[in-house]
Amino acid sequence: MMETLLEVNGLKKHFPVSNPIPFKKSTQSVKAVDGVNFDVYQGETLGIVGESGCGKSTMARLVNQLIKPTDGSVIFKKQNLIDMPAEKLRQMRQKIQMVFQDPYASLDPRLKVGELIAEPLVIHQIGDRTSQKQRVEELLEIVGLNKRYADRYPHEFSGGQRQRINIARALTLNPELVICDEPVSALDVSVQAQVINLLNKLQQDFKLTYIFISHDLNVVRYMCDRIAVMYLGRIVEIGTFEEIYANPQHPYTKALFSAIPKESPFEEKERIILKGTVPSPLNPPSGCHFHERCPVAIDICKTKEPKMITKEKIHQTSCHLAD
Amino acid sequence: MSDPLLKVDNLHVEFKTGSIITRAVNGVTFELNEQENIGIVGESGSGKSVTATSILQLIPSPPAKVANGAIYFKGKNLLKLSSKEMRKIRGNEISMIFQDPSTSLNPVFTVGNQLIETIRAHKKVSKKQAKQKAISLLDLVGIPAPDKRIDMYPHEFSGGMRQRVMIAIALACDPEVLIADEPTTALDVTVQAQILNLMKELQERLGMSIIMITHDLGVVWETCDKLLVMYAGRVVESASVKDLYQQPLHPYTWGLLDSQISEGQNSAEPLASIPGSPPDLSYEIKGCPFVERCPYAQDICYQETPQLNETIQGHAVACHFQTSEHQLERKEREYSDGDAT
Ligand SMILES: Nc1ncnc2c1ncn2[C@@H]1O[C@H](COP(=O)(O)OP(=O)(O)OP(=O)(O)O)[C@@H](O)[C@H]1O
Ligand SMILES: Nc1ncnc2c1ncn2[C@@H]1O[C@H](COP(=O)(O)OP(=O)(O)OP(=O)(O)O)[C@@H](O)[C@H]1O
Ligand code: SF4
Ligand code: SF4
Ligand SMILES: [Mg+2]
Ligand SMILES: [Mg+2]
Repeated sequence: MMETLLEVNGLKKHFPVSNPIPFKKSTQSVKAVDGVNFDVYQGETLGIVGESGCGKSTMARLVNQLIKPTDGSVIFKKQNLIDMPAEKLRQMRQKIQMVFQDPYASLDPRLKVGELIAEPLVIHQIGDRTSQKQRVEELLEIVGLNKRYADRYPHEFSGGQRQRINIARALTLNPELVICDEPVSALDVSVQAQVINLLNKLQQDFKLTYIFISHDLNVVRYMCDRIAVMYLGRIVEIGTFEEIYANPQHPYTKALFSAIPKESPFEEKERIILKGTVPSPLNPPSGCHFHERCPVAIDICKTKEPKMITKEKIHQTSCHLAD
Repeated sequence: MSDPLLKVDNLHVEFKTGSIITRAVNGVTFELNEQENIGIVGESGSGKSVTATSILQLIPSPPAKVANGAIYFKGKNLLKLSSKEMRKIRGNEISMIFQDPSTSLNPVFTVGNQLIETIRAHKKVSKKQAKQKAISLLDLVGIPAPDKRIDMYPHEFSGGMRQRVMIAIALACDPEVLIADEPTTALDVTVQAQILNLMKELQERLGMSIIMITHDLGVVWETCDKLLVMYAGRVVESASVKDLYQQPLHPYTWGLLDSQISEGQNSAEPLASIPGSPPDLSYEIKGCPFVERCPYAQDICYQETPQLNETIQGHAVACHFQTSEHQLERKEREYSDGDAT
């Protein structure tokens, strides 16, 4: 059995909505993440997929404690990061790093590449100037960039090169878990292939564990061992990619897979078109969050929230019909 | 045959920063007919966005300058219009969805404010009517609870929701030409399918034409009639989508197609990608811009720049060795050097 690196239990994040009436306290909240449970095993890649706005990025930010949850626990290497003393948390957080979607917005344009990559070392006061410089050069080499680039500014680089810089930066502190939030969506196909190959190589070389958020199901299929499908703040299906792809249980997952774009202009695709609009996390539907759009909903779905049930050891889903 | 709705003719755009001149667009020519959907693909930095923003003259000038060429819309050269005339066309007859929603939405105004502004800039309607229209547009692009969301700020939206707001703004005035620069990159596939359907529907209902810039070939197969492949500021191949899929001709296009992930491929096998990087556009390019990375290059490719020529009916390519008389043989997985930087 693989060892569990990360365990997320009952995780919630509710953002208060600003009340348009001044000085009145807000009564509504956006339930961005609303009770999420999953494990991540050492050395694997767990893919997170789901509708835009379903809470993927918020969940990533909760795991790495960029924001505090409303409720729930994040257990990393057997220790709960919530309520951990600040100094201890600072230490633990070094082991969890993020690579963001937008290679343009995520690098401070005023800093040179070398300074950007060394920044985590400076913040955590690790090593002196010389050793930091050495580490920067080493990292540039690891991600396949020229050492000389340390003295240049981010705007001088292409999207793919910037994403390499972002990856180098995420590796600075020798993390164990790297959360990639749409790391290749902004890149063209050929550069995307290079960055994916790099991520795979780094995973092998440094025994990294990845949480990989992506909309591109082809990329997810290629990269991930397991996937979690999210819908409106909750995980609705989780398991190995092969199992879920071959045998999706949840109606939302079925619709999702049917929407993968064509592989040729001649392909005719049967699509499950979801009716209605995406419900609002401000006011999520009762019972199963998906019931208003679900093509196969039954009466009980309106009132009762389905529980997560295990289909196979490697495959769990939450739908009344999967029982 | 009637004139095309939009014609970009030998467009050259350059950026001047200090003493450096970057030739971002180097002679791009294409035509867009009524109700047609043209896709543009190409390597990052190949000039897709600059071409698109030049049509609406939304590139910052300086540093940008249209060095040569013309852009005809309904027979008028847009480059010759006054800024007042151009403002009338922009957002109204031709509108654009920008690649980067974070730079094109103003963080200090609510989403509703920005939509209402756009609507009122082009249509004589009351504030209240504009607000109604804004809510229905948000609904159209699938934003949940649009009546509440309309009063929220961009940072309170997820990435994909911001992108949908951009789409709503672009569609606000029922444009005749929609330029969509990576409109669905931040969207999941179900919403993407929904938005692409919406565009198709508007295309049929309003007779809209679309220029669709994307790096997702699936989106191209799904929605486009014609495809332009750009490299280093030039169009290197152009054809109907079906022809291009069945018989791609340019070696760069081959590399692009090979880099796609296909079903059944897993991470044990590195993905194919084109080694090397595109040429620095701040130097004069001699010969074929793809020569440094092309597995088929020969001496002449270093000397002479190949021109875009029609080889087969309606299918044009810019390569010395792809002509009506002579054709290259495409090698299997020529681009397999996955790790190259
Ligand atoms: N700071 C915030 N204040 C209020 N609401 C927020 C905030 N951040 C996110 N949200 C809301 O939380 C929900 C989830 O957003 P999140 O960014 O996690 O989605 P996502 O799944 O990453 O979507 P995408 O695929 O579009 O990136 C959305 O409804 C969003 O509007
Ligand atoms: N404001 C600017 N100043 C200087 N150079 C610029 C500016 N904007 C674009 N360029 C240059 O113009 C060239 C073409 O850029 P463009 O944004 O059109 O590429 P693109 O094909 O849209 O790429 P991507 O797929 O990454 O969006 C690039 O080499 C870029 O460096
Ligand atoms: S629980 Fe009911 S509404 Fe929810 S997915 Fe299953 S069948 Fe559909
Ligand atoms: S002209 Fe030469 S270098 Fe350019 S694509 Fe053709 S074979 Fe390759
Ligand atoms: Mg996100
Ligand atoms: Mg662009």
